[in-house]
Amino acid sequence: MKAIEASNLRKTYSGGVAALDGLSLAVEAGTIFGLLGPNGAGKSTTVRILTTLSRADSGLARVAGLDVVGDAERVRRTIGVVGQRHGLDPDSTGRENLEMQAEIYGVRGAARRERVEQLLDRFGLTEAGGRLAKTYSGGMQRRLDVALGLVHRPKVLFLDEPTTGLDPEARVELWREIQRLAREEEMTILLTTHYLEEADRLAARLAIVDRGRIVAEGTPDELKSELRGDTVQVELLESATGDANAALSGHSGISEVALDGRLLRARVDSGAAAIPSLISALENGGLRVVSATVARPSLEDVYLRHAGRSFQQADRDTKEVAA
Amino acid sequence: MTALRDSWQVALRYIRALLRQPAWVGISLTQPVIWLLLFGALFKRTADIPGFSGSYIEFLTPGVVVMLAMSSAWIGMGFIEDIDRGTMDRLLVSPIWRGALNLGSVAQSVLSLVIQTLIVIGLSLAAGAHFHNGIAGVAVLIGAAGLLGAVFASLSNGIAVLARQRETLIGIVTMATLPLTFLSTALMQQSLLPGWIHWIAKFNPVNWAAEAGRSAIGPDADWGLITTRACFLALLLLASAAFATRAFNAYQRSV
Repeated sequence: MKAIEASNLRKTYSGGVAALDGLSLAVEAGTIFGLLGPNGAGKSTTVRILTTLSRADSGLARVAGLDVVGDAERVRRTIGVVGQRHGLDPDSTGRENLEMQAEIYGVRGAARRERVEQLLDRFGLTEAGGRLAKTYSGGMQRRLDVALGLVHRPKVLFLDEPTTGLDPEARVELWREIQRLAREEEMTILLTTHYLEEADRLAARLAIVDRGRIVAEGTPDELKSELRGDTVQVELLESATGDANAALSGHSGISEVALDGRLLRARVDSGAAAIPSLISALENGGLRVVSATVARPSLEDVYLRHAGRSFQQADRDTKEVAA
Repeated sequence: MTALRDSWQVALRYIRALLRQPAWVGISLTQPVIWLLLFGALFKRTADIPGFSGSYIEFLTPGVVVMLAMSSAWIGMGFIEDIDRGTMDRLLVSPIWRGALNLGSVAQSVLSLVIQTLIVIGLSLAAGAHFHNGIAGVAVLIGAAGLLGAVFASLSNGIAVLARQRETLIGIVTMATLPLTFLSTALMQQSLLPGWIHWIAKFNPVNWAAEAGRSAIGPDADWGLITTRACFLALLLLASAAFATRAFNAYQRSV
């Protein structure tokens, strides 16, 4: 059964910025699905459409079998949403935040009391429950956000960049909690992230989003194994785009050469064997090599291959457009 | 039922937040006192103008109440904050009744206004004012102020959702409130207004509330006038509440 289905979603914001350009995806019930992509790729827009906050210009989307436009009211009762920004009310206590959320979803009386205490306990907020949410640390606020999204035991949970801005410790803690939710509550979770590590670690399947479309989809292992061989990363003394391509043009067994400033990345069948000849080819081309490393394929490489630019470059491009 | 429950939840949240700000509570309670004393001193001599009739303090009380009601026009600032920090988005993806978002905020605004109005009335009584129609008259004054405050609060919320910028809301409120006060009988008796202002005032909701409130506590209450003005205000409230609720559709299309 599919918990989330979207087909051919398109959305252009006023001002002509195309956020979604025919995005389609399907998420199996009871799994964690990751939407991975740089800032501005269209991940948040997708979540906003699937959670009934925004509407697509065209295309169809169903969540738990319900149309997000025609059946918006029922979709809202079925889903939990943890937005990119804090949804909590800083001027209420943690407990009051949860109580209001419970009331809105029709969880009242004894059931409300029980559920609120249960969530405070589960997210380690029992002691802080009586304090105003604005006095919480970043990690505590984020945990309260997630708790707010769970009050009514949703079937499908949307987490939009849940760990952005968290310190590493809080991030790992939240990862554990998300894994526990999927396992114990049999919830379908759609998670967006621009941390490759996060997608790799949490998602059973993931889709790479770039410029409003999905450019690759599969399990993290499937995506990585599409890339045979290893990645070689070479640091040059000076940046030299044309020279590097020329130096490596005649070299066999090297593919997908990409230069980003002084960093050269390339795919080879066997990294350890390729490095000596690669370095001498570069040095023969007049390029000084500072260091060279070999790595197994990562999601970074998957992204590079499908989006045609490195993740960092995509993030930078977005910031330049925004600025 | 759900509509009421949802509105109450929203109102509860705003009321609680305000009560946690002692400075706000202090200012709201002092403001009516200052206004009544200040306007009382500033415009005291208007009672000496030929053509002015009746007691000055009895004339001024509804004027100050109406001006306090106009302060509700600032309520939209809370919505802008909610939008900025994501609280509004959380509510909009929940099954909460859309109308409750505005009505809850309006309820909080009207509650503050009623308390302020009671303070003004208490002070006026202490200053020797006489409320001619007893509790009924006072109730009408509070009702008229409440309706006007609810209209301003709803318009403010709707504008806040559409503009989503503090500067825009501040600009509009600043630009609108003073002219609306002066194009009414809030501070000057009708017989003393220039003809053209008198004419414009007929269409000014601030004037509707001032007229109804003033007539209700005056020596010869005109219940026909009070009813029509109350109806005008109620209709305007329906329209502005619908506007504030509809504004969310425009907001959701743009995010």
